[in-house]
Order: sequence, then structure tokens, then C-alpha cells
Amino acid sequence: MSAHAHTPLGGRLFTLPFLICLALVAVAASVLVERYQYGLGAVTNLSDGYPWGIWVAVDIVIGTAFGCAGYVMALLVYILNRGQYHPMVRPAVLASLFGYGLAGIAVLVDLGRYWNFWHLLAPWYAQPNSVMFEVGLCVAAYSTVLVIEFAPAFLERFGMAKAKAALNKVLWVFIALGVLLPTMHQSSLGTMMVIVGHKLSPLWQTQLLPVFFLATAVLMGFAIVVWEAVLSSLSFRRPQETPMLRKLAGIMAVLGLGFLTLRLVDLLVRGQLGTAFGGPLSGMFWSETLLLAAGSLILLPKANRGRTRALFVASSLLLAGGILYRLNVYLVGFTPAVGPWHYFPSVKEIMVTVGIFALEVALYLVFVKTLPVMHATNAVQPKHG
Amino acid sequence: MALSRRNFLRKAATGGAAAAAAACTAVTAAPEANALQRPPKPMPPDAVGLLYDSTLCIGCKACMTACKESNGLPKEINADAQPWNEGTWDSPVELSAKTFNIIKCFTDGAASEKDREKDGFAFIKRQCMHCADPSCVSVCPVSAMTKNATTGIVNYNPDACIGCRYCVLSCPFGVPKYDYDDPFGKIGKCELCSHRLAESKLPACADVCPTGATLFGRSEDLRKEAHRRVALKAGERTEHPRGDIGGTVGGQRPGHEATVHAVYQPHIYGETELGGTQCLAVSAVPFDKLNLPTNVPEYGYPTLSEGIQHTLYAGMVGPAAVFAGLAWLAHRNAKDHPEE
Repeated sequence: MSAHAHTPLGGRLFTLPFLICLALVAVAASVLVERYQYGLGAVTNLSDGYPWGIWVAVDIVIGTAFGCAGYVMALLVYILNRGQYHPMVRPAVLASLFGYGLAGIAVLVDLGRYWNFWHLLAPWYAQPNSVMFEVGLCVAAYSTVLVIEFAPAFLERFGMAKAKAALNKVLWVFIALGVLLPTMHQSSLGTMMVIVGHKLSPLWQTQLLPVFFLATAVLMGFAIVVWEAVLSSLSFRRPQETPMLRKLAGIMAVLGLGFLTLRLVDLLVRGQLGTAFGGPLSGMFWSETLLLAAGSLILLPKANRGRTRALFVASSLLLAGGILYRLNVYLVGFTPAVGPWHYFPSVKEIMVTVGIFALEVALYLVFVKTLPVMHATNAVQPKHG
Repeated sequence: MALSRRNFLRKAATGGAAAAAAACTAVTAAPEANALQRPPKPMPPDAVGLLYDSTLCIGCKACMTACKESNGLPKEINADAQPWNEGTWDSPVELSAKTFNIIKCFTDGAASEKDREKDGFAFIKRQCMHCADPSCVSVCPVSAMTKNATTGIVNYNPDACIGCRYCVLSCPFGVPKYDYDDPFGKIGKCELCSHRLAESKLPACADVCPTGATLFGRSEDLRKEAHRRVALKAGERTEHPRGDIGGTVGGQRPGHEATVHAVYQPHIYGETELGGTQCLAVSAVPFDKLNLPTNVPEYGYPTLSEGIQHTLYAGMVGPAAVFAGLAWLAHRNAKDHPEE
């Protein structure tokens, strides 16, 4: 199994991109000092009309979709037994670990009464009818599972072979949980917005929100795997993993077109197709739809799936489409019940979001350079085609 | 083997797609026939609330002052009034974490006559409606929002609250508010003066209302009174009670006789909206003019979201079955991945 060996990338830690990331994290930290000192209103444009802003919609709802790389790769490799993708699991799990970990930080930043956050986990406060209760529990459990899924890299690095062998024996339990939990909470992120009812535009409000959120989670999970693979091959000057990406690209094309078909059927059944033509916010609907359609269609011809540039453009378009879909559901398509309210994130709000994503990149860089995350480069050739 | 598996997968995919299409149609079809909807929650038989009669309201705002005093809330100066109002007057323009009750005014054109839609004006009182099936209670992950089983009053417990503001987001009436200017901000909303009711005192707004425009009582009694009022004809003389319609909370009070000066809208706001609310409103001006959400279903939105959740997670059987399947596959496949 040496073909699947992992090695640290090594190299200088304090590169320019790394330092830029650290600077952005420092800016975010300074904003957060103000936030905790004077309250959410001091740094955000949140209001009683828009109680949830980009810290929820972007950092958590979109951030965890980025974190679905580990979910889809575990599903593919361990559940559907596609061993040829094995080299891509560890980097994907690492990306997920940071995606979810930092969404957890974002929750603590956004919660108005953060010192009570542990009530989410305390049975005597539990309120099982709440979709957020389920999401909170699930995300907390999944973050733990991700740590365990990634633990072999640590144990390997520090020569703890016995512990690693012991963990290996029970790892299948955590792998099963690592597929079950994201299926649950990613769909529930869609269910969360069902209860806002008429306040969400009929272009997005449907009982199928959980299905659409699960679909975008899987689609964005695959897209981020491909996007990251292309980018890290370029930036770390490693050989392209095109043969593996080729198949993922096929899955993405089918998923993307399936999603769009279901969206169309849903609008038809609800009699809202007219709203898509000239109704309010139809521009946002079409932006999201065209991005996803373009990304999927690029990957439809088999020849394109082997082209690095096509893979990069298509996965970027699919990511953008998924981001926009989730943003539309959580912010753009939302109209408060009473009164004229407006929301656009403040600069400070944006800087915190940027800082959280920068922290994700910085940690990822440290980890791939110092821990056995990436597979050794002599193992590029696929085994099962 | 590989071929048959492929065939199997293809068949499974086709069958799955057909089943999915059928399921989607069932799920998204008209809510009346929605497969994923839980039954609406009934109102407790002894639920209490308020009846607000816009035609009786004189806009004195005594209820706003009394509410602030009784709930220990600070004055609020609206942005337009900042230059000249140095804190003499409380002048909020919307419900907020510091204003649980507000009288708003609708005006049209010359605004020359009360309770007339064209060239007229009308008042509306906004506060928590105390829904039969409240969204805020359904969404709260930590039981900070609760509905009293007897009185049906929706209460808030800041000691449990994590400040996620899902209640603010979900309320179809835009009632619960959060204090964004306080680093330790709380949610604020009307709790029907639960602390006063505990001492057999009227909710502050109903206590001070001089005309009985805000009337306290059992929701069922209030509903009957509302039906009586909307059936009245302009010019009729009628008796209007004050305080508690049942005459128990806060003691017996004299009512007053008045002439009906405007034609009531036939609809009672809150009787059917979103599964019904314990607080009701009647008015001579259409309710959409009074800043109330009107184009809403007759069932509460929790019937939809909880319908999905209760179906997918009924007894945790579904997740358990999926987990068993996943674990079996992961375990079986583990021998193919000796090296993690």
C-alpha cells in the first residue's frame, strides 16, 4: 500500500501568502475585540429585520458547504469502496476539519449570549422540535468525528504506530458517522429556512429545501475537492491528479444538472415558474441557475473532464453557483415581516468573515507542510482507472 | 459481475429518480395535501390575550408608557427626533428590545377623519400576538421561548437564551427583538405582563387603557366579543367593557356606552392567521394598511418545518437505519483500506 503513502510537503512556513493570511486574521481579531466590548451593533449592520447576516449565511452556511470535501470523499472511498480516490481523502478531511472548526468559531462570534452556548448540548435545555437544535448537536458531533478521522495523520507523524493501529480497528464507526452526520445537518440547514414561510421569496421557499441543501452540499463538496486539487498542484508544483478528477467531474456534471432539473420541477409544481420570469429577485435566481448550468455543462463533454483549465473553471462556477444559492436562501431572498429594513454587511463584518477564511487557509498551509496529509507524488498513477 | 452491478445501479438510479419525482410532487403540492405537515396545535382552553379595537383607540399611548414602566424599559428616541428630543419623550417608531408595545398610526392623504381608509387615519397597537402555534417556541434550540400550557402566554427566559436570534428571524409578525447595542443583549418581547398576572393585576396596557380599546380576557371570550363588534352597524349604540372582559383580573370596572362611528372590517385579525393568535384586533381600516402581515396561511409555519423533522427523525429510526447501513459498508470495505 505504499502507493497511498502520505508525506509532509515540507518547505518554508513563512511565505508571503501565509503572512498575508496572518495579517487578515489580526484585523479580524481587532474587530472582534470591539464586538465583545460593545455588542453586535457596534461592528455589524445587523438589525431586527435582518437578525442574521453574513456571519451566519457565509461563515456557517456556506463555510460548512466548503467543508463537505471530507464528507463526499469518505462517501466515495469508504462507503462506495472507490479505493482509487484514497490519496485525496486526507487533504479533504483536513479541509473539512478547518471548515467546520471555523464555522464553530463563527457561531461563537455571532451568538448574542455566547457564554450560554453550552446549553445547546445540555439535555435539560434541549428542544428537539428546533431544527437548529439538531443542526447544533450534529455539527458538534461531526467536528469531533473529523478530528478522529484526521487523527491517523497526527499519530503517523509522531510515530505512535500502536495507537494508530488501535484507531484503525474502530475507524469504520467514525467513517459511518462522518457520512451520516453531514447528511443530516446539511439537509437541515435547508429545513431551517422553511419556518420563515412567506418571508422567503417563493423562488426559494419550498418543502424541498432540505433536498436542495443536501444536493448543494454534495455538489460543493466535490467541486472544492477538484478546485483544491488543481490549485494545490499548481501552487506546490505537484503533478496534476487529472485521471482521478476526471471521474469526479462526471459526478459533478450529473449532480449539477440533476439539481437544476429538480429546481425546475419544484417551481413548476408550486406554480411559481412565472416568478422566475420578471418576478422580484428573478435576476438573482437566474445568476445562480446559470452559474450552476455553465459549470455542469462544461463538464458534460468527456474530453473537458481531462483538461485542467476546464476543471478549474467548471469547479469555480459550480462553487459560485452553490454559494449564490445558499446566499439567496439565507439573505437575498429574505424579506422581514414588518417595516422597511435593509441589510448590507459592514466593512468590519466583512473583515471578520475574511479573517475566518484566512485562518482556514493559514492552518491548512501549516498542516500540509508539517503533517503527512498529501500523498507521496510517486503515487499519482491510478490503480483501478 | 461488474456488468450486472452496473445494470443494477442503472435500474436503481432510474427507479430512484421516478420515486424521487413522485415524492417531490407530494411534498411540494398544495399545503392542504402536504404529506409532510404535522397537525396544527390547538389553543389552550383557558388561553388569555388582548382584544384591540382600532376604532376605540384614541392614540393617547398611555399603554406604551405603562408598558415601559411595568417592564422596566428605557426611553427610546427615534433617529429623526434626536436633534430636538433630549430624552423628554419616549418616541420609538417600531417594536424593539426596549419597546414591547407600540401604537402606530396609518394616514392617507388629508388624514381628516379617524377610521377612514381614504383621506383618513387609524391607529394600530403592535405587541406579541401569543400564537397558538408559535414559531419562536418551535425554533428555539434551548427552550428559552416557552408557551405556558394553561394561559398560552409565550414567555422568554434570558438565562437559557444563547442569543442566536432564530426567534427574531422566524416570527411571522416581526415581534421578538434583540438588543444589538448591548454586549450582553437579550431578546425582548411582550410576555403579557406575566409578572402582573401572577399578582392578579391586569397587563399594564389593558390596565391603563381609558376607552377599552385594549381589553384583556380569555381568548375565547375576546373572540366572541370581537364577533359581536364586527357585526355592529354604524350609528348603533353599544356598551364597551374596560379592563378584563371577565371582570376578574384587576377587579370589576365600569364600561362605557358609545356610538359606532365607522363600519368594521368583517375580518378579525388573529382569528385564523397562522393557526390563530391569542391576541386579536378589529378595525374599520383594512389590516394590510395597518402594517400587519395579511397574505398569510391559516396554519402556523411550524407545521411545515416540524412536519419535515418529525418525518425524517421519527424515533431516530431513519438515522439509525442509515447509520447501520453505512457502518456495515464501511466495516466491509475496511479490509480494502488497510492503510489509513
